[in-house]
This record gives sequence, structure tokens and C-alpha cells, in this order.
Amino acid sequence: MSLLESGDHAMERILRDWKYVFFFVAPALILYSALLLVPIFWSMGYSLFDGFPISGFRFMGFGNYLRAWKDQDFLRSFWFSAKYALVVTPGQIGLGFLLSLLYFLVLKRASRLSVLIRTLVFFPVVLPTVAVAQMFVKLFEITPQYGLVNAILDVLGLDGWIRPFLGRGDTAFWVAASMNIWTAMGFYAVLLYSGLLDIPQELIESARLDGASGWNLVRLIITPLLRPLFITSTIFSLNGTLKVFDQILALTGGGPGKSTTPLTLYMYRTAFHYNQYGYGSTIAVILTIECLLVTGILSFFRQKTE
Amino acid sequence: MTQKVLKLAGLCFLFVFLGALTFSALAREITIHYLTVQQENEGWPKIIKALTEEYAAQNPNIKWKYEYVPQLDLMQRVQLLAAADSLPLLFNYESGAPLFELIKANKVLELESTFKNLGIYEELNPGIVGVLKRLVNDTGLYALPLEMNIEGFWYNKKLFANHGLSEPQTWDELAEIAEKLHQAGIQPFAVSGIQKWPITRLINGYVIRKYGTDVMSRVIKGELKVNDAGFVEAARWIYEWGHKDYFGPGVNTLDYGPAQDLFLQGKAAIYYMGSWALRDFNNPEINKIGIENIGFFNVPLVPGGVGTLEEWNVNAGLTTSIAHAKFAENPEAIGNWMKYVFSHYGDRAMKELGLITGFRVKEMPEEVPVLTKMVLEKLATVKGGAFWFEALFDARTTSVAWDNAQLLAIGTMTPEEYLGELQKAIDEQKAK
Repeated sequence: MSLLESGDHAMERILRDWKYVFFFVAPALILYSALLLVPIFWSMGYSLFDGFPISGFRFMGFGNYLRAWKDQDFLRSFWFSAKYALVVTPGQIGLGFLLSLLYFLVLKRASRLSVLIRTLVFFPVVLPTVAVAQMFVKLFEITPQYGLVNAILDVLGLDGWIRPFLGRGDTAFWVAASMNIWTAMGFYAVLLYSGLLDIPQELIESARLDGASGWNLVRLIITPLLRPLFITSTIFSLNGTLKVFDQILALTGGGPGKSTTPLTLYMYRTAFHYNQYGYGSTIAVILTIECLLVTGILSFFRQKTE
Repeated sequence: MTQKVLKLAGLCFLFVFLGALTFSALAREITIHYLTVQQENEGWPKIIKALTEEYAAQNPNIKWKYEYVPQLDLMQRVQLLAAADSLPLLFNYESGAPLFELIKANKVLELESTFKNLGIYEELNPGIVGVLKRLVNDTGLYALPLEMNIEGFWYNKKLFANHGLSEPQTWDELAEIAEKLHQAGIQPFAVSGIQKWPITRLINGYVIRKYGTDVMSRVIKGELKVNDAGFVEAARWIYEWGHKDYFGPGVNTLDYGPAQDLFLQGKAAIYYMGSWALRDFNNPEINKIGIENIGFFNVPLVPGGVGTLEEWNVNAGLTTSIAHAKFAENPEAIGNWMKYVFSHYGDRAMKELGLITGFRVKEMPEEVPVLTKMVLEKLATVKGGAFWFEALFDARTTSVAWDNAQLLAIGTMTPEEYLGELQKAIDEQKAK
């Protein structure tokens, strides 16, 4: 028996002994539990109570869950989050995909222009959220002076279009969505571009020889090959958009009124401004279940594809 | 051997002795710990720190400790500290419903009896004491009036004179003035929609004139509903003024500073605000229209209303309270410190900051800014004080009043819808 084989056997023996396994896994498991699992179960526990630290807590079973379905603010925030995710996720991935095609099919991989464009498009991903939000606030400003958007409309003589974009719920939604798409599309472009680079060049060439070009090449060859990556991107994106918080807080503060308040912001305010820790935790649990469901459904599709 | 034992015993004795000395010094040391939203070199902390240091010069066991907390985090921070019985001696907290929760949990020191025991009760302004007591259902005085504000409409005298306008006595006159200014291409009101409360202050102004200064107490007691006709009239004015663009475009995108700038740069003619704004009005860097161009009038009278022009919206800003548990640890020493600091607070704040407080000013400085003097004169005539709109609301009801006010001011929510949702929130608050 060689030394290597005896080593393998020793390792196998060690890994079969749960005590050793526990020894190796314990530090990570304890840390993970302390930072993630305990707060989740703690929240679940809180969701069955009403009250806050000073006044004490009162057990109320599933009362908070029943309350949520009758709470107009909850339903409004739930709908906002859903609508936001439905607009932003296709926007992020769609534009990201178009950009990745631009990198892959139009720009030469190693050219300076390609590197420059990729860097510029990726740049917003690394910018601090608050800075981006403040930039958008300034872009869409109306008072005390016009921001860039209103100034352009003014110059073009489109006075009827000049408006307080962030001061009204309908337009504020689109500004928030555009900001998020603009910020994240560079990330998805890079992700999908890495997928495109994995497609064998011969496959593309042979498809071209068979007459596939342009739209057909993208539709019949590239898109099906990228399908697993599209599903992964969608899981990433939906989990980000359903849980959007800081961008909205910095851009509109959830207003005007509650018209741009996502579920996360409503949860935060319920727990920490209204002192309803129990109800706030309930919203957190519902949000977690929503994200798990979405991820579960998409993972099911991915497995089916594979 | 005996020598060794003796040496060891001596050393042990020395350690015990030194330890006891340190312990007794620590036990006598009293920390005046102030958790506040203001910076240490401004406002209330600046004055309290200076007075504490003066007092500490004679009483070296008194130590000063300052701790800043952003206003957004204040409520949560204080609640967590209160729950853990770790409140510092002095802390900012909102008077009204939030403070009442702490009072019920016996976390806050009652100040009326404490000040009376210390013989300094006469230092307090009885008017503002009355307001602070009413804010907590007349259970006592639990907040220090470290500042005292009067609210009303500030206006640009020059713009008024240019258009032949004078201070309105009635709400209809105010509306006429606004229309004339609007027609002349001048924005009538500077309002910060981002802050939200400047909108509800306008509704409040109308209803305190309509129903009297105790209007919101009656609402909370259930004697009056906010969808009553007088409230609908008030909300309709705001709705219509919003529709007519009297608050300018993008009212909901305007923060406190930019809204004030509109007024202080002569771009808007009228500005509803508290006298705390005097800090900026008295600053020529910020005030471009000049102190001499700023006038002030009370909320005008409304048709069929019971309110008078001697009644003002008076408040003590964000108040400071004293933790009951920390005071109880050493009532005599802290009491002496309080006696020194709060006997001098009114004079010192007026002299160093020109700050109007709820404490007696025994020696008025010779050079008081003209607007500060005017506010002091007005305060001397106050015959009744009203609360601000949300003073008795809990956090959720306040949020309904504030958030929806933004929609009311841009006309996407009708007065009836606004007040209907608010009444619903008030009913839920009362049902708790």
C-alpha cells in the first residue's frame, strides 16, 4: 500500500467519524447560526407577539399575520415591491444581456475601447448607493433650480413635461426603477458576458456558416446556451429588487406619501419607528417566505433545464 | 519567615487600602451623561456643559459626558436603553405620546416636585410648563423646556409693501394675499414637503382657530373627530393652495433648508415656522433679505372660530428628560448640580446663544437681536398655548398624518380621504 493510499484511507476514516466532522464544521456552523439562523428564528418568534421593549410583549398567536392581509399599507407596499421587481429585474437582465452582446459580438475583446466601455458600464456597481441616489435627486430636481432633465426639457421647449419627477408617486416610481436598472445592468452584463465567453467559438462559426446571423444567432444559439445563467441572474436580481431598501430610502424616502414604500422600508418603519417589533417581524417573515418561494420556483426551472 | 509574613500582610493591607480609596472615589464620582441630537458646541449641550464645568470646578466629583445620537435613531436608542435600565442621566426624547410611554414605565423623573424641593421651581416659565404637562395627560412635568418656541407666519415685509399688502387678520385675508402674490408671479408660501410637518402645521393653524387650542386633546379624547367640518375646511385650503401652486412646484422635493432659503432669498413671501428659525434669520450669511425685512404674524382668525389672536402655537422643541433611576442613585448630589445649572440656564442661553428658553432670564443682555426681542414681546402676551398637530399621536398615526399630507398638498388625495384615513389611524391608536 502506497503512502498516498494510506493517507487517503486515514482521511476517509476521519471524515466518517462525526466527531472530527463536527470539529471541522463547528466554527463555521456556529458563526453562521449566530449571524443568520438565530436572528431569523428570533424574528419568527417575535412575529407571534405584540409590543415593544418598554411596554413589554403580549402573545397573540398568528394575529399579526392576519392583520397583514387587512393592512392597506402592507398591501400597498407588497404591490409596490412586486411591481418594482417586475419592472427592474427584466430591465437589469435585458439591458445587461444587450450590453454583453455588444461586448461579445461588436467590440473586439481586447481592444481599449471595449475595456473602457465595460469599465464605464460597470462603474455604477461600485458607487455608493447614497451617492447615486443623490445624483438622481439632482438630475430630476425642479426647485430651487431645474436639474439636468428638467433643464433639457426647458431648452427643448417641452414645458408641459417639466415636473417634480420625485415629488409625485407615478413618476418617482420610474425614476427609482431607472436608477436601479442603471446601477446594476453593468453587473449582469459582465455575468452574461462571462457566459458568452464560455460558448465555443466553433459553435458560433458553424452556426454562421449554416446561415444564422444577427437576431437568429442570438435567438437560436446564444439564448438557449445562456439559459442557466439567465435563471441564476434572475434569482440574484429578484432577491435584490424584492429586498430593495437603501436606494429607495436615499432617493424618495418612500414618498411622496407611501407611494414608493417597498415592503422592506415598511418593515423597518413598523419595527423601529412605530415600535411594533412583532408586526415588523411578521412583515420580515413574509418577505423571507416570498423570496424563498421565488428562488425555489426559479431553481426548479433551472434543474429542469439542466 | 515572620518578616516575610509581615511584609505580605503589609502589602495586602496597602492593596486593600488603595482599592477602598479608589472605590470610594469612584462611588462619589457622578457623571452628567447627556445623550442628545445636538452637537456638543451648540444649543443645549453647549450651555449645560459650560455650566456643569463651572460647577465641577467647585465639585470635582462631577464629570461631564456627552454622547451624540442622530435624530433618526433617537427614539429607538432611548427605548432600548430604557428597556435595559441603562438610560443616561439626561436624554432627548419627544414630548407627547412617546414620553408618556416612558413615564408609565417609571423611567423618567418628575420635575415639578423635584424643582420645588430644590427651590428652583420659579425658574420655569409657567406657560410652557402647562403645555409640557398637558402633552403627557397632565401626569406631571417630565421634560425640561431647554428652549421655547412660538410658531407663526414670517413674511417678507418688502414684498408685502411692494404689493400693498398688510398683515392679515383673517384666514380669508391670508388667502387673498396669497392669490395676489401668486398673480404677481411670487411664490406665496415656502413649505418643506420632505419634512412633511410644515404642511400639517397649516392644517393645525386653521383648526386651533376654529375649535380652540385644546382641539387635538379633544380629538384624542374622542370628543371631536378629524373628519368634522372644520377639519375638512382646513384640509381643503391646503388642497386648493397646492392645486393653485401656492407652495411652488415640487413642494414634496423641498427639504427644510432649501424651503427656508426660498424665503430668506426673497423667492417666497410667507414662511410658517417656529422661532427656532431665528438662529438662521439672525445669520446674514443665510438671511439675504435682511432682518429688517422680516415680519411675523399669528395664525389669522377663521370664520365661526373660537380661537383668538392671543393664542399661539407654543412648544419646547425636542425636550430633554432626566432618568429616574440615575437620579435616584444620588439624589442629593445630582439635585445640587441641577440647582446650579438650572438657576443659570435661562440667562446663559440668552446671553451666549440668544436662545429663548422656558427658564427665567434674570438679566437681559443689552444687545438682543431685533427679531429675538420681538418674539420675546409676543411671548409675553401669550394667553393660551396650542400643541402642534401630531403632539398627541403615536408614531403610526403621526406617519399617516405626515405621509398623506404630502399627497394632499399636491392634490392626489382629497381632504375627505386624508381626514378619513387619519381618523381611522386615531381610532386604532385609541383602541390599543
